[in-house]
Amino acid sequence: MPLDPSPSPERRFNRQLGLYFFAIYLLLYLVFVFTNAFNPSLMETIVLAGLNLAIVYGFGLILSALFLAILYGTLCRNEPLKTDSSKVDPIDGGKVE
Amino acid sequence: MIYEPTWIAVFIFLGFVVFTVGLSFYLGRKATSSEGYFAAHGQIPWAVNGLAFAGDYLSAASFLGICGMIAAYGYDGFLYSIGYLAGWIVALFVIAEPMKRLGRFTFADALDAQFNSRGIKLAASISTLAVSIFYLIPQMVGAGSLIQPLLGFPHWMGVVLVGAVVITIVVTAGMVSTTWVQFFKGTLLVIFSFILVVVVLRRGFETSDGDLKSIGPIPRDSIANLQIDDRDVLEPVDGWQEFPELVRLSNPEGGYEVFRMQEMEDESQSELVILSQAQSMTNRADGGKLVDGLPFGDGEGQRELKPVGHLTKLPDRYTPSSAVGPIEFFNVIRDSELVLWGTSIVRHDDGSTTKVFYQKPTEGSRVLRPGEHPTFAGIRGGGTTDRINFLSLMLALFCGTASLPHILIRYYTVKDASAARKSTIVGIASIGFFYVLTLYLGLGAMTSGSLDLTDSNMAAPLLARSMSQWLFAIISAIAFTTVLGTVSGLILASSGAVAHDLIGGVLGIKLSGHAQVRVAKMAAVVVGIIAIMLGIVFKEMNVSYLVGWAFSVAASANLPALVMLLFWKRTTKEGIIASVLVGMTSSLGWILLSADTYQKVYGWDAADAIAPFSQPGIVTIPLAFLTLVVVSLCTKPSEA
Repeated sequence: MPLDPSPSPERRFNRQLGLYFFAIYLLLYLVFVFTNAFNPSLMETIVLAGLNLAIVYGFGLILSALFLAILYGTLCRNEPLKTDSSKVDPIDGGKVE
Repeated sequence: MIYEPTWIAVFIFLGFVVFTVGLSFYLGRKATSSEGYFAAHGQIPWAVNGLAFAGDYLSAASFLGICGMIAAYGYDGFLYSIGYLAGWIVALFVIAEPMKRLGRFTFADALDAQFNSRGIKLAASISTLAVSIFYLIPQMVGAGSLIQPLLGFPHWMGVVLVGAVVITIVVTAGMVSTTWVQFFKGTLLVIFSFILVVVVLRRGFETSDGDLKSIGPIPRDSIANLQIDDRDVLEPVDGWQEFPELVRLSNPEGGYEVFRMQEMEDESQSELVILSQAQSMTNRADGGKLVDGLPFGDGEGQRELKPVGHLTKLPDRYTPSSAVGPIEFFNVIRDSELVLWGTSIVRHDDGSTTKVFYQKPTEGSRVLRPGEHPTFAGIRGGGTTDRINFLSLMLALFCGTASLPHILIRYYTVKDASAARKSTIVGIASIGFFYVLTLYLGLGAMTSGSLDLTDSNMAAPLLARSMSQWLFAIISAIAFTTVLGTVSGLILASSGAVAHDLIGGVLGIKLSGHAQVRVAKMAAVVVGIIAIMLGIVFKEMNVSYLVGWAFSVAASANLPALVMLLFWKRTTKEGIIASVLVGMTSSLGWILLSADTYQKVYGWDAADAIAPFSQPGIVTIPLAFLTLVVVSLCTKPSEA
C-alpha cells in the first residue's frame, strides 16, 4: 500500500530534491570512509595550508553538510496550508488514532 | 586523580540545577494534556527547536566522549564527530518532513501511520525502550564522571543526582520543559565550547617533561643490576616478571617508582636505553587502591596519579606560549613531538591487578591521522576484519541519527513539515559548528597537562580547569546540563512508548489525555531508576564507545522499517514488524557476543568472542532491510 499516494507537487519536488542532495552527500561520505579504511596513508598527505587530507576532508564533510542543508532549505517549496477538522481529538485537541 | 571541589564550582552547578528545575516547575502547568506533555502542543518555534535538537543530540558522548577520545588518541575521535553529523543528512533529506506528517507523539505513531497494527506498536515501542536504555547508559556514566571533580562526590552519587533531577524535569512538565532545557543547554554548550577553543588558541603550546623523571641513557644490560641511579631495583616477581621492559625502583618516600625502557632514537646506540617514568595503579583484591605501591590519596604517606598531557618538542619556528591561528594550531602540532600514554596490566597471584600507564613519545603528525586508537589501529595493519569493523561503525553512525527515538519525537514539537525542515537545518548548523570545535578541544586537552589517566571522559572539563576555575565550573555545569537535556529526551521517548504505544496501542486501554500523562510520568520514574542502576554498573566504559553501540541498535531496528515505509509501496505491516524485531535482536545479540563486550563488560578473553567483529551495523542493517523485503513479499498488503 503506497504511503502518501498522491503527494502535492511541492511535496514531490522537495522529496526529489532531498534524495538528490542525499545522494551527493552519501557519495562524499563513502569516498571518505573507504579511503580511511583501505588507503589510510593517503589521509596523511598534505593538501592545503599545511593541513593533511584527513583534516581537510573531515572539516569539508561538516561544512558541505551545512552548505547542502542551507541550499535545500532555500530551494524547498512550502505546501499550501490546510486544516483538517475531522482529525481533532475531543479529549485533548490532538489527532484521533 | 583526586579532585578538590571549590565553592565556585558548587555555586555555579547549583545555579544551573535550580534554574533547570525551576523552569520545569514553571512550565509544568502547560503539560497537563497528552499533546502538551508529549509534543509541547506542536508550538515550539522552529529556531528554538533547532537549538533544542543540538541540546538533545550533543550528549555526554559528544562533549565528554569525543573530546576524551581525541585527547587520548588524536584524530580517531573526530571520526565520530564526522559520522554523527553525517547522520543528520539522512534526517534532513529523507526523514524530517514525512516524520512530522505521519506521527503524533512517538516513533511508533509514524511507523504505524497507515496500518493501525498492534504488532507494529509493540515492536516499535520495545525497540524505542531498548535503544533509549542503551543510549541512557553512557549519559549516566558521563554524569557520574562530572560530579566527581565538580562536587567531590563519588561516581555513583553523580549518577543518582542526575537521575533524580531528570526525573523531576520529565515528571513536572514533559516535552515543554525538556525542550527549553535542551535549548538553553545546546546554546550554552556551543558558545562556551567556542570560548574554550579561543582560549586554547591564545594560550598556544609549550614543552615540558610532565613532572616525570627520566634516567639515562644507560647500558641495556645494567637493568639486571641490583641498583640503578643509586636506588634499589625491586625484584620482578608476582606478575612483574612478565614485563621485562618495566623496572621498579624503590622510592625513599615509600612505595616504588615504575620506569619503562625506551629505545634510543639513534640506532647506532642500540646498546643504550632510557628509563622513562611510568605511573601505576593497583586495584587490590580487597577493593583498595594503591598508586606506585602507596595507598591512593593526597595525604601523608599516600600518592595520587599525576595529571598528564605534554609536548616534548616544538618546531623551531614557533615561539613557545605564543597564540596560534586555527590552521597554525594543527601545523604546530604536526611538527611537534608529544606524549601519548599506553597501558600494561600486571596480574598478581592474589587476584589483584596493577595497571601501568607508560609514556609513548609520538610524532605530532601521527595524532592528526586516523589509526592511533585501538579500535581503528587495524585499518593501518591491513586486517580485513578491522576494516569491516571500521566500515560497520561508520555505517551505524550515518544511519543511527535518523533512527533515534528521542530525536525523532522532536519533529512533533513544531507546527508543520516546513518548520521540521527549518529546525533540522538550524540543528545541523549548531551541531556541525560544535563538532568542528571538538578537534580543537580534544587536541588542546591532549597538550594541556591536565588529563586524568583513569578517566578519558573528563578531558574537556579538565582542559577548562587548566585555564581557570571559573571556566571549569561553567563548563562542568554545562556538561552536566548536557546530560540532563539528553537524558530528559530519552526518558520522555521511553515513557511515551510505554504510556502511548504499549498501554494505549497494544493493550487497547483507552486513557484520557490526563490519565495517559499520569502513566507516562510513572514510566519515566521507572526508566529513570533503571538508568541510574546501569550508569553505576558501566562506570569504566568510554561514553562515546557505548553510544556507538546504541547507534548500531537504532540503525538496525528502526531505520530500515522507516525508510522502506516511505519509499517502497509493497511494504506490509508484517514486514515492518519482522524488520524491527530482527534488526533489534540481531544487533543486540551481536554486541553481547562481541570481543569488546567480552573484554570490557564480562572481563573474559576477547579471543573467545563469537561475533567476528565488534560493530554489528554492516551485517544487521542490511539484514533488517532484507527481512522487510522478504516478509513483505510473502504477506498480503493491507487494503487501502
